[in-house]
Amino acid sequence: MAPLSSSFIAIISISIVGFYMQFGDCNNGRRVVDNVESDITGFSVPLEHSFEVDDVPRFRARGNIQLKAGRENGVFLSQALLSEKDRSLLKDVAAVDGLYRIRVPRVSLQSDRQTDRQLEGYLTAFIRACSLVESHLSDVITLHTDVSGYLIGVSIVTVPSACRGAEVEDEVDLEIFNTTIGVMAPVNAPAPETALYIEKMEQEMDKKGKPQEQKSFFAKYWYLILGGAVFLMATSSAQPPAGGAREQS
Amino acid sequence: MAGQLAGFTVSLCLLGFTVAVFEDQVGKFDWRQQFVGEVQFALFDTHSQASKKLLVATEKNIFASLNSRTGELFWRHVDKMGPEGHIDMLLMHGQDAVVVVGNGRLLRSWETTVGGLNWETVLDTGSFQSAAFIGLQDLVKYVAVLKKSAISLHYLSNGHQKWVENLPESDTVQYQTVYSGGNGQVFVLGVVPNSHIVIVEYNIEDGEIMKQNSVAAPWMSSLKSSCVVVGIGVLLCVDPTTESIYTLPLQSEEQTKMTPILLQTLGLEMASGFQPVLMSTQPHPARPPLSEFFLQLGPDHHILLQLKDGHISALRDFNPSYLVSFATTGEKTVAAVMSPKNETACSINLFSADTGRRLLDTTIIYYMDPNGGKPTKLYVHAFLKKDDSVGYRVLVQTEDLVLNFLQQPGRVVWTREEALADVVTMEMVDLPLTGTQAELEGEFGKKAAIQDGLLPMVLKRLSSQLILLQAWLSHLWKLFYDARKPRSHVKNEVTIETLSRDEFNLQKMMVMVTASGKLFGIDSKSGAVLWKKYLENVQPNSVFKLMVQRTTAHFPHPPQCTLLIKDKDTGLGSLYVFNPIFGKKSHISVPALPRPVLQSLLLPLMDQDYAKVLLLIDDQYKVTAFPSTKNVLQQLQEMASSIFFYLVDASQGRLSGFRLRKDLSTELIWEVVIPTEVQKIVGVKGKRANEHVHSQGRVMGDRSVLYKYLNPNLLAVVTESTDSHQERSFVGIFLIDGVTGRIVHEAVQRKARGPVHFVHSENWVVYVYWNTKSRRNEFSVLELFEGMELYNSTVFSSLDRPHPPQVLQQSYIFPSHISTLEATLTEKGITSRHLLVGLPSGAIMSLPKMFLDPRRPEVGSDQSREENLIPYSPEMMIRTEWFINYNQTVSRVRGIYTAPSGLESTCLVVAYGLDIYQTRVYPSKQFDVLKDDYDYVLISSVLLGLFFATMISKRLAEVKLLNRAWR
Repeated sequence: MAPLSSSFIAIISISIVGFYMQFGDCNNGRRVVDNVESDITGFSVPLEHSFEVDDVPRFRARGNIQLKAGRENGVFLSQALLSEKDRSLLKDVAAVDGLYRIRVPRVSLQSDRQTDRQLEGYLTAFIRACSLVESHLSDVITLHTDVSGYLIGVSIVTVPSACRGAEVEDEVDLEIFNTTIGVMAPVNAPAPETALYIEKMEQEMDKKGKPQEQKSFFAKYWYLILGGAVFLMATSSAQPPAGGAREQS
Repeated sequence: MAGQLAGFTVSLCLLGFTVAVFEDQVGKFDWRQQFVGEVQFALFDTHSQASKKLLVATEKNIFASLNSRTGELFWRHVDKMGPEGHIDMLLMHGQDAVVVVGNGRLLRSWETTVGGLNWETVLDTGSFQSAAFIGLQDLVKYVAVLKKSAISLHYLSNGHQKWVENLPESDTVQYQTVYSGGNGQVFVLGVVPNSHIVIVEYNIEDGEIMKQNSVAAPWMSSLKSSCVVVGIGVLLCVDPTTESIYTLPLQSEEQTKMTPILLQTLGLEMASGFQPVLMSTQPHPARPPLSEFFLQLGPDHHILLQLKDGHISALRDFNPSYLVSFATTGEKTVAAVMSPKNETACSINLFSADTGRRLLDTTIIYYMDPNGGKPTKLYVHAFLKKDDSVGYRVLVQTEDLVLNFLQQPGRVVWTREEALADVVTMEMVDLPLTGTQAELEGEFGKKAAIQDGLLPMVLKRLSSQLILLQAWLSHLWKLFYDARKPRSHVKNEVTIETLSRDEFNLQKMMVMVTASGKLFGIDSKSGAVLWKKYLENVQPNSVFKLMVQRTTAHFPHPPQCTLLIKDKDTGLGSLYVFNPIFGKKSHISVPALPRPVLQSLLLPLMDQDYAKVLLLIDDQYKVTAFPSTKNVLQQLQEMASSIFFYLVDASQGRLSGFRLRKDLSTELIWEVVIPTEVQKIVGVKGKRANEHVHSQGRVMGDRSVLYKYLNPNLLAVVTESTDSHQERSFVGIFLIDGVTGRIVHEAVQRKARGPVHFVHSENWVVYVYWNTKSRRNEFSVLELFEGMELYNSTVFSSLDRPHPPQVLQQSYIFPSHISTLEATLTEKGITSRHLLVGLPSGAIMSLPKMFLDPRRPEVGSDQSREENLIPYSPEMMIRTEWFINYNQTVSRVRGIYTAPSGLESTCLVVAYGLDIYQTRVYPSKQFDVLKDDYDYVLISSVLLGLFFATMISKRLAEVKLLNRAWR
């Protein structure tokens, strides 16, 4: 019980329940291409994106998310470079304030068999294309899971995420995704903290109680005992009361 | 340490959260109305002539006694909700009322004068069929309860069981009726559908079966709907297919065949497709029923018949007639018949039951409310007048659950609006300005200023000043006039005409929508119903959403409310647009909604007439705008790319976000799916649109600022686990941005179960759940902060907020269940917030939000004291001085509505459930109001004194200076 309560102290005293975020590698496309390892005991899901001038979503592959099953959710993203065509398209979409969408299939991170993992449908999210362009393709993708490890949502933000209309050099900045990917599982909400409170109350009680207890019985009630003794002595030396005399007769 | 703690306690006491009222303030700012719901049984106390008691048992499982002179409640017993507390039967004998509760679970006897319980008996299991008093030699001593497979007889005096007998062949025979004519036998009648009737005769004394008989009746399906016992034990049944009445004497020896009497021989004809209804009367349970009875042949056609020597004769034909009822006083039995008089009125007449003659001077005219429904039930209270003639009063219940009590010649003694026992949703609307205020408004209106030049403006100003002067003079005159009158006469009635906004906007119009489809406009100050409107053809399981499209602020445009009525099964919706102040239906054309409505959205956009735009999204994700003028469509086109909405499909666990396109179609932009195998969505709440947050952050002990994460688009989604095992069940909290679909925070409360109540406001979410492990209710609070720096302090955009907020959370034990939860709301959001907690006990507790603060430290430090943080203690106390409704308990509180008033310190609160309670709360006390006992005399005398003192001292100083100069 003791170590458990001490961990509670840590949470409460900081009293900031932050996000459980396990960030994976920040890959850039070039390194990852030859870096895909097949021996990771996980599985991969496709990450797809869509950006169109007419705003009708047509998703195509952006990369692969490598997910490691189990408690430690290791997550890696491998993605290719943005092609010349895509780059100009992205700039066009940004110019008309279109949307940049991503989607991932609904999967379970916990179950072991591949067949169980896949669920019907996709999870989608979006940002404004201009913010992606202006941030030079640096985005943060977070996968959200529920208690049992199902993916329930995906979110994407760019840093910075504002559109200020800044000019972007084509070749240099719009080629490589600078992505931070993470998995976010629900945090455990704290229960009422009783153990510590009781401990605190007991400490206070002890502090209050101790000085009184140190006094011995005699030290506390000496005057009563003395008074009683004097009274007893006085009564025993005196004459028997009149009532007793009457009874005898 | 101890000293510090003591110091802290003192400072806590100084803060003082007392919201209690003084004795003389009771009822000054608050009122309560108590209701009973739809009446199912109503009985008048005919025991004594002067009795004022009216006993009612209602659909809401309430047994109550009303004062028949005033309509007020004498007493009321609120039983459990649902079938467990359902009142199956109400019988009354003398001073005692016998009630069967919960499908024959309990038999209770109540003393009717004070409402005390005489006795209660738990009955054997089995579904309840019928109950009746059993009399013997003119004395009523027993009550018989018929269950599906047994009959039991109980003493009326103490509830003890006299005997209980199993019914023969109860698995095939449906026993439905129990009857006794008061001569020692109890008849139990059962039917085997489309085969035969079974009659079992029991001996009252020992429950022995005296006789058992079955009679062929292949046409009969149910006894209850088509049979009655008339006269000296003759069973009458009506068969709609052959249009005939069958008679069967119960007591005679040769019970073999039922004798048919064709209705045609009586010259009667039945309305096609109508199930005819028979109605008889048994004035005294120890005597046989009368031989006269009513037969209802059509929806508006009744006939009074008499059975004599096996022959039926018609006494009087009532065509048309809406409702009929028998009543007995003394030895006389009368029949009351309600028949239509003209379009707006009905007449009720009394007829002698044994002859069918109309009694003279017994007409009551009943005026139907044009905004109400048709009468559905008629209860008659007959009494003997001094000259031995029969007088009567009637209780009429209508479709829209109005109880009207009338007496001759048509005076409404009292009216009760029982629809208000089931308020579904409500809004509070500001009252309009008075004529003079409106005049001023008109003068400075935009349009006027543009049209007129300088000189007309000056003239206009002068004229409006004159009008103001005139109004002031008339007000003074009225004050003077009223002052001369005695106090009791001054109390002026609130009517729609005299309604106007008060100085601090404390009096508002409460627009209430009830489950029966009736709308009410109630004055929040007095509780008086100022207007009502019954919406016919509203399905009973409809969902209502009330929106204020235009407030009273846009004179001369009238305020406008829109009610979206959605059928729960089909999802088809309709709109009802009305003026919330006068209750009149608006003439604005309403868009037709041919497809089911999924979501409605009230935009802050306004059309040229200042009506907010309402968007309705149908199941094909097409958007309908209302109003849909050119101006609105143009605005929508401009704004389309920044109008987002979300849909929640709880059955699939799917939350999806959409964006509006220029052509009013939509596109899907995000999707979050919470698998339904694990958890199901039980609630989604955004923030209230009219909520203001005054301070952007919190000042910490070290003078730095912790900024709040104030995302107006944030949704709080609460889920419950499908696994209900106490170790594995959990409650999930998701905070999702409604525009981007980003999950901002995700938390799981383990070993928790619903029902979850939650409030989402400012930067916090408070929720209540049941802890399955510790078996207790717990509060949990989540607060979101941006941190020490604000990302973009000028404007908030969900699309531009890359950093997730910091989330703090803390939980507390709460020692009671709760019924509902709401937060106070004030005009500018400066006043500290309180949570209003509706408890099942009927109390409403105002709990300072300060106690629900995740930053409460475990051990107090100087910094936390600087910040006024209370050290954490896991248990939240219920302090009775926090009850804002002192002893005015609100039964079965279902919702609390809060509205800001014109005073920043004051929040208006309405709690509704079975009762309605309205009051004001002052979360930070009345910091902007002078107290009632403010000493004006003292302050003005001090001021005057100081003024004169300065004058005198100035004079003296001058004299002194002069003297010095001379020296």
